[in-house]
Amino acid sequence: METYTLIVLLLAATIRVATPLLLAALAGLFSERSGVIALGLEGMMLGAAFAAAAASAVTGSVWLGLGAGIATAVALALLLAFAGVTHRGNQVVAGMAVNIMVAGLGPALALAWFNLGGQTPQLEGAGQRFLALTWPWADAARAAPFPGLLYAELLSGHNLVVYFAAALVPFSAWVLYRTRFGLRLRAVGENPSAVDTAGISVTRLRYQAVMISGVLCGVAGTYLSTAASAGFVRDMTAGKGYLALAALIFGKWRPYPTLGACLLFAFTDALATRLQGVALPLVGVIPVQFILALPYVLTVLLLAGFVGTAVAPKAIGAPYAKEK
Amino acid sequence: MISLRLSLALPAALGFAALAAAGEFAPAIVYDFGGKFDRSFNQSASEGAERFKRDTGIAFREFEITNAAQREQIMAQLAKRGSSIIVAVGFTQASAVEKVARQFPGVKFTIIDAVVDLPNVQSINFREQESSYLCGMAAALVSKTGKIGFVGGMDIPLIRKFALGYVAGARQVHPNIEVIQNMTGTTPAAWGDPTKGAELAKSQFGRGVDVVFHAAGATGIGVMQAAKDAGLLSIGCDSNQDYLHPGSVLTSALKRVDVAVYKAFSDAKSGTWHAGQTVLGLAENGVDYSYDEHNRAVLTPAMKQRLDQARADIISGKLPVPEYRAQ
Repeated sequence: METYTLIVLLLAATIRVATPLLLAALAGLFSERSGVIALGLEGMMLGAAFAAAAASAVTGSVWLGLGAGIATAVALALLLAFAGVTHRGNQVVAGMAVNIMVAGLGPALALAWFNLGGQTPQLEGAGQRFLALTWPWADAARAAPFPGLLYAELLSGHNLVVYFAAALVPFSAWVLYRTRFGLRLRAVGENPSAVDTAGISVTRLRYQAVMISGVLCGVAGTYLSTAASAGFVRDMTAGKGYLALAALIFGKWRPYPTLGACLLFAFTDALATRLQGVALPLVGVIPVQFILALPYVLTVLLLAGFVGTAVAPKAIGAPYAKEK
Repeated sequence: MISLRLSLALPAALGFAALAAAGEFAPAIVYDFGGKFDRSFNQSASEGAERFKRDTGIAFREFEITNAAQREQIMAQLAKRGSSIIVAVGFTQASAVEKVARQFPGVKFTIIDAVVDLPNVQSINFREQESSYLCGMAAALVSKTGKIGFVGGMDIPLIRKFALGYVAGARQVHPNIEVIQNMTGTTPAAWGDPTKGAELAKSQFGRGVDVVFHAAGATGIGVMQAAKDAGLLSIGCDSNQDYLHPGSVLTSALKRVDVAVYKAFSDAKSGTWHAGQTVLGLAENGVDYSYDEHNRAVLTPAMKQRLDQARADIISGKLPVPEYRAQ
């Protein structure tokens, strides 16, 4: 019984931790499927986290915060597209440039505006954050272990962004594989000259894809600063953008396997926080250092052994130059 | 891929407004990871320095460490520019202080939370286990589930010291109480990760914890927020954090870093500063638990009476508090 409760709570934590990863990974999916390397995920997320927290703190509305977060991430995405698509610059360099710029700019602006040492004020008021929603009868259902607890912890008790991210996976799959836009998007990442020959603008498609990735990173960043915590602090993405990229590769640039990869990363992370100080059968209490290394070890093992070859979109990272 | 952190802030932060001429008293302070506004450990240090400035009108130089390579550089810079005393906040500064203090034997150094044995270094440490003991008692007195939590920052002996005192205090009230402990990480980044802190706290709440104590710097902001969101109680650390979420913060384990910094500055100014080791506990008012208008609703007079009794017994030596480093 105790074990069952622990497992359900572990899965609930997995969902919370996976949400920003999943949003960022799907952002990367659109961008990379169109042939633009998505190394700027980290920066776009961090920029959005800052803008969302700042706007929510000033206006008192998390929805305005979300708007500001998305606007900031899209502006950064446009910058990436301008450098990497219009001017055919190196997309890796452009992505890193955005990451480094935002890492410095966020705290600097926060210091100038709020004078709190590079943080935004704590979001306290009602309506300043995305709070967990409790579904009808969830508290009553908690008493019945199965399926009550599953319902109360796994389905209920998350915030809007979590449900949005979950719905986004089938939607992305539908857009990519079932719509004309999706077909063109995949084609432009594999063979841009064929798309160009068909009379469709490669530049326009790639801009669209990068902007979609900006919107999704905007939501991911907003989640970090207004749902998972209550305010912006320096480097609060803590490498999640890079981890999302790893999940995307792990998921072979497909929506559902990417979801699986994000859940796996989140699960190891959630497991690591819960295994601390818990005596396991046979081995006893494992030292904290080993537990904290577990997610990384597991990732390396899985990437090395189980994923098989991941084939990237053929035209990824190659700027398209129209033949004159 | 590792995120790159450029120390772009370095030259800018060194643009001190007024540089002291030789002979003038010029104090300086170097904060640790987590930053001056962590609302906890570093912020307490900063308050001490600010109070000194208010009282004497003497400006001080300050620097926030954002990457480990800056420590030695900045301390050497501060010493070279004629600082009279440099206060280094945090145990991770020890090796930098040791190196730079050797290079500048004429400059006074005060290090907090570590021991550096040199003729021009003053080492100030605290008996954190004593205030943690009282907080553990408070947590046990108020817990309804019989389970209380602890979230540490970086896994180091200093934080284990907090945890040990906390557990001992709780056990004194309820010998069978269950204490669930988590550490955030093993690198200094563990002082500044509120998202992880909130996640750890939520995991403890899920296991039945209803009071959580953090000793995790800025990470603790997330811990306390999670307790507020869940309608449960948290215990603050180092600074008085009762005001952060009135009604949800049971008390705070005060560590008067502000007093230590203020005293180091003013002693250095008046010439009574001396090198060597100082350890501050309940008896010296170096540590304490907080009681003010923000937590009066949750910390009842009966509880306060019990805590004050224990406080007096610890000071008189009647109540022994375990010390992690002694074990």
